[in-house]
Amino acid sequence: MIATVEIAPMGRLRAGRRWKDRAFTAFLWACAFLAMVPLVLISVYVVSRGWHALSVNFFTKEPAGPLDPSAGGIAQSFVGTGLIVGMATLFSVPLGILTAIYLAEYGRGRFAGAVRLIAEVLLSTPSIVAGVFIWSLVVVAMGTFSALAAALALTVLMWPVIARAAEEILRLVPQELREGALALGVPRWRVILRVVVPTAGAGILTAIMLAVARGLGETAPILLTALGNDFINTNPLQPTDAVPLRVFADARTPVAALHELAWGGALMLLVAVLGLSIAARAVSSRQQKRMT
Amino acid sequence: MRRVEVADLSAWYGPKKVLHEVNVVAEPRKVTAIIGPSGCGKSTLIRCMNRMHEEVRGARVRGKVLFDGMDIYSPDVDPVDVRRRIGMVFQRANPFPTMSVFENAVAGMQLGGRFSRSELKVRAEGALRAAGLWEEVKDGLDEPGARLSGGQQQRLCIARALAVEPEVLLMDEPASALDPASTLRIEELIEELKRSFTVVIVTHNMQQAARISDWTLFMLYGEVVEFGPTSKMFTRPDEKRTEDYITGRFG
Repeated sequence: MIATVEIAPMGRLRAGRRWKDRAFTAFLWACAFLAMVPLVLISVYVVSRGWHALSVNFFTKEPAGPLDPSAGGIAQSFVGTGLIVGMATLFSVPLGILTAIYLAEYGRGRFAGAVRLIAEVLLSTPSIVAGVFIWSLVVVAMGTFSALAAALALTVLMWPVIARAAEEILRLVPQELREGALALGVPRWRVILRVVVPTAGAGILTAIMLAVARGLGETAPILLTALGNDFINTNPLQPTDAVPLRVFADARTPVAALHELAWGGALMLLVAVLGLSIAARAVSSRQQKRMT
Repeated sequence: MRRVEVADLSAWYGPKKVLHEVNVVAEPRKVTAIIGPSGCGKSTLIRCMNRMHEEVRGARVRGKVLFDGMDIYSPDVDPVDVRRRIGMVFQRANPFPTMSVFENAVAGMQLGGRFSRSELKVRAEGALRAAGLWEEVKDGLDEPGARLSGGQQQRLCIARALAVEPEVLLMDEPASALDPASTLRIEELIEELKRSFTVVIVTHNMQQAARISDWTLFMLYGEVVEFGPTSKMFTRPDEKRTEDYITGRFG
């Protein structure tokens, strides 16, 4: 005897549901589009205003005199930014990664909590505070504005970015890899340096690039520490120019030719930050492929 | 030849006691299987045998694990040295994703000390041969280890454990994530390995325990129910609970 089984009919997709689905999809698209609008507007505007300034002189010359300001460039700003951000990266990368390793691999209890809290507070501290802090601590003590002081101010801002982002990435490294290495009789610190950190490598690189991008564009902290300079300076203990400082200074003058240079500087900052962000995205997507 | 003797061993995760005064002996050149239902503490027990248990936050141990009579939990014993001499293979193959097949095979040596390139080559080949993987990977030693198949990855992990020349090999469900063909290869491999090692294997597969082990430990709720020669355990167990478990009445 064969038992017959009643099969309940599948519910039908009603027109109302379909319409709701479409409306909501359209709404989400609109939101994404709206979010893109300011970015596109800013980019287009900065490019349209700034690209006139780009010339050989712009990259190779120091500011010309007031008689013909358009003949000058902002070479000193590029050199200064390179010097300041370079030093800041040199300070904040080891500090940030070591902090991240401590927090992710060893940190437990009160002290780790305090370190994490400090990093988080620094992350959301207005950057001018970092400037004032280093000004009172370094500039006043040394009796001079300097690239070194600016680099220290940026380190205060970049260190927590690297520390917190790298900590999260180190936590993503599967526990099985640590155990696999420990079970081979490898000391813990070597497991971290040779297995955990390389596995998280691309992610850590991303964190560094994002921190550098932040450091590149900061104005307030270096205003109070690097001061600015009309000439190329490579001495870390002397006042130094930087691209954001130059944009700020030139934009405040009534001289049209200097406004042009300011737009050019702004464009270069935009390009650098965009470039770093895109590179960071590329690196992290490669990382994701490898982790899975 | 190393004998591992677990004496009155208890283990905790935080406040939760998961092993209750366990006693068991793993004889040299024999395979000792630990069986029992999920959560009975078999993985915890094997992890206590090379001090991996304490790597979990809040984990604690009381009792002794004697390695040829020497307590590995004695305060002056370095856990790093314990783990070098008592190797471990895990349930999920975990080759190091940044390393090639070759680098994975000798990872324990490269990370743990300084060896010449030629010495590494000799050991890598020896370990990969012992793990029955050499023929399959000898032309792709520089390929990423993570690109191998699941069964190959697990044999790579066994090779990695063998390359540091341990004296005991602990295997925590080494075949449970593998297909039947790969499982068979691992089981054949264990037959080979027991000629030169003390092997302890955790498995939830009773047929596997019956096939490959000489001694079997049956655990339930963190306690030893029965420990004896495998042939006896699977034919004339002393305990009713053992019989119920191996005949599939629970677990």
